[in-house]
Amino acid sequence: MSMGTTLTRRGVLAGGLAFTFAFTAGENVAAQADAGPLNAYVGIAPDGTITIQAPAPEMGQGTNTALPLIVAEELDADWEKVRIETAPVRAAYDSPIFRSQFVVASLSVRGYWMPLRMAGAQARRVLLDAVAARWGVPVEQLSTEPSTVVHAASGRRMSYGEVASFARAPATLPEITPAALKPVSAFRLIGRDVARFDVPAKARGQTLFAIDVRRPGMLHATVARSPGLGARPLSHNGAALLQRPGITHVLPLDQGVAIVGERVEAVLAARRELTVQWSPGEGAAHDSEAALASYLEDVRDATKAGVQVVRTGEPEQALAGAAHVHSAEFTSDYVYHGQMEPLTCVASVTEGGAEIWAGTQWPSLVRDEAARILGIPAERVTVHMLTMGGGFGRRATIDYAVEAVQVARAVGRPVKVMATREDDMANAHVRPMTAHRIEVGLDAAGRITAWRHRLASDLVVPQLYGRARLEAQRGVDHIVTYHANVAQYDVPATLTLHLYREHGVRTAPWRGIGAGPNAFAVEAVVDDLARQSQTDPLAYRLALLRDARARAVVEAVGAMAEWSRAREGTHLGIGFAKLGLPQLGEALAATVAEVAVDAASGRLRVLRLWCAADVGLAVQPRNAMRQIESSLLWGVSSALTERLTLRDGAVQQSNFTDYEMLRAPETPEVQLRLVGGGEVPLPVAELGLGTVAPAISNAVLAATGKRLSALPFTPERVRAALAG
Amino acid sequence: MIPLHVNARAVTVEAAPDTPLLWVLREHLGLTGTKYGCGVAACGACTVHLDGEAVRACAIAVGDVGGRAVTTIEGLPGGAENPLVRAWVAVQTPQCGYCQTGQIMQAATLLARSPRPSREEILDHMQGNLCRCATYNQVVDAIQHAAREA
Repeated sequence: MSMGTTLTRRGVLAGGLAFTFAFTAGENVAAQADAGPLNAYVGIAPDGTITIQAPAPEMGQGTNTALPLIVAEELDADWEKVRIETAPVRAAYDSPIFRSQFVVASLSVRGYWMPLRMAGAQARRVLLDAVAARWGVPVEQLSTEPSTVVHAASGRRMSYGEVASFARAPATLPEITPAALKPVSAFRLIGRDVARFDVPAKARGQTLFAIDVRRPGMLHATVARSPGLGARPLSHNGAALLQRPGITHVLPLDQGVAIVGERVEAVLAARRELTVQWSPGEGAAHDSEAALASYLEDVRDATKAGVQVVRTGEPEQALAGAAHVHSAEFTSDYVYHGQMEPLTCVASVTEGGAEIWAGTQWPSLVRDEAARILGIPAERVTVHMLTMGGGFGRRATIDYAVEAVQVARAVGRPVKVMATREDDMANAHVRPMTAHRIEVGLDAAGRITAWRHRLASDLVVPQLYGRARLEAQRGVDHIVTYHANVAQYDVPATLTLHLYREHGVRTAPWRGIGAGPNAFAVEAVVDDLARQSQTDPLAYRLALLRDARARAVVEAVGAMAEWSRAREGTHLGIGFAKLGLPQLGEALAATVAEVAVDAASGRLRVLRLWCAADVGLAVQPRNAMRQIESSLLWGVSSALTERLTLRDGAVQQSNFTDYEMLRAPETPEVQLRLVGGGEVPLPVAELGLGTVAPAISNAVLAATGKRLSALPFTPERVRAALAG
Repeated sequence: MIPLHVNARAVTVEAAPDTPLLWVLREHLGLTGTKYGCGVAACGACTVHLDGEAVRACAIAVGDVGGRAVTTIEGLPGGAENPLVRAWVAVQTPQCGYCQTGQIMQAATLLARSPRPSREEILDHMQGNLCRCATYNQVVDAIQHAAREA
């Protein structure tokens, strides 16, 4: 898509100096020009305080600091004088990539990059024009230093606060073209670490999460959700629960039953006593073990057609003519998001409209869905974007916000709908299980001639974006199939086929999306091929990677890990993965894992990770590295322990006691280096996740000659693999 | 009515004795820095101190607290100037931030008995405090930072 940005010219003054702009792309321009009061990214008070709106919700990724920083850079603001506000939910704050306020795919900084630079530059230009008029000098003679307009010829200077005391945004705001932006070499904020805006409050427990919201007259509620999609409540024991003190309502919903009361403890106690009979839904018979076995049959049966995801060259022909075909199979189990704040939303529905307090990755959709459900215009729905206690893709779906609106409408009072951890897990929106069969054709000299990846799983796109989107993409689920390709490698013919079955299980994007399972399968096969050709796996990759940026991260991580140095009792493995899309730019990462294998127990211990990453221009380098570290550790967690199973359509795990996520003592030391660079920021916060499982499996291969091919690598599976 | 001693203040709450302390703190007293994560003492997000010992507020009935002193993140000595809070900010430990108050309350009891803890000692001590953003290495850095500054 085009990243071109148009500024519509419209200015509104509201206290001090407030500039309002609409940043729109393509066809949205006309609609937004008439959309009433537009958004304000920048406001400057006479005391010099600069208020910058943060347009994207914060879920720990640090965009509430990084995005305003981009505005401040082009505004030439003194960062010490900047105050950050969370923007309202309005079209003018949409990301041009999604045409929505929607945080997903690590694309917030990438998506808002140009609009925010333009916003800052335009605000600066308004200040310059105002000073030029006051001093009677050509605007070209003016320059800026942090929060100061300078006329070098006369030595005059004026602070932004002083300018704000008299300047007025013109009815027609100045046109800004990308040529008017700072060159990257002139950046003084971007690329230098600043303290995160959200951290001090988080260290003191003062951050307002949705779970902390209190409204006058607010009731508490929790929802028991049906197992699987499509099951409705047929009957329940709500009448008896209503006799309990403090319980005010028991409400059947489309796919659940809500218990409402005056006190959360009463609601939670009643929840434990609630029993519901459900209609058989689409997923009533779903058994994850049986389904995974059926996926394996699908990928093995070459007569079964799948959706073509990738095709280059003539893969069938090349495979048929290959001197040797290497094949391997892999699986991955369902995983759960496990965001620490259970899904919570507060809603209030009155005659005047609706007000919603939510930690959501997709506030625009929450607004629009609430409007649709209530039959009111979207303008009458106010959504407060609150800090999320983790998102990771789970809060890209808005089921919990929809239910809060439904409950609030029914009870006629503000209500906080909070999931118990048990219900949060029972209502998991999983990363689909996968089965993979990869076949690689080799010529007589051992060169790769073809790569075929058959992938079987359930789908995410229809549940997140609707079935029409899947059809518009000719059946390609870009979320599940992400990274099921070898685009960075020198392979002349490739084919990726997706064979999907829908089981009525709830799905959602999960951090790293398809890279988790797919990069695992791809990078394990690359190591298999290296081993067969008796080549060092790192050297094999360097020879096979045709992308210089990819070679650079592999080389860098080799140096960081001292790849060729033998270790006592531990082994190294490597993995490579990307994040992003070719048309928007791909971030790249290579990781080396140092692993100790305890053959008797089957327990793996990951002692150290080294990762070299190319994220283009890092707006906040330290934060970028922290995000990558977090993503790497998700890789460890999901590779070693995370596993959700379903039987008779129901999730079998219930809490963090039986769904095991990485804990402190298992945390490896992590060394990270940013390499490469550039003039555009690339996606960051999910980068590296896909590198870890193959790095661990490849380390075990180096240690034992045995391949771990089923995620997660539980001790039981490790023991079985080592015995095999 | 149940009398409690919370953050150096005597209070009384109208709650059933079997109500988890967590909900009394959050809902009756408005001390929302203590978080609900699992309800079964498996995540540590609700860590508070009872007479200086780290406990999970979700797993203690308010009727069992008795005269013991309850300290929450809001009552941590020094507030923003508390060495751990300062270290958490200096190291920029939090990401989503939800579990971090529990991490800090848990960390405080380590520093109380081990002034210069090693990485392994810290990771072991923090075993019960989940961080889904996996900021564990930054938790280590922050605790060691606080130990140096103290």
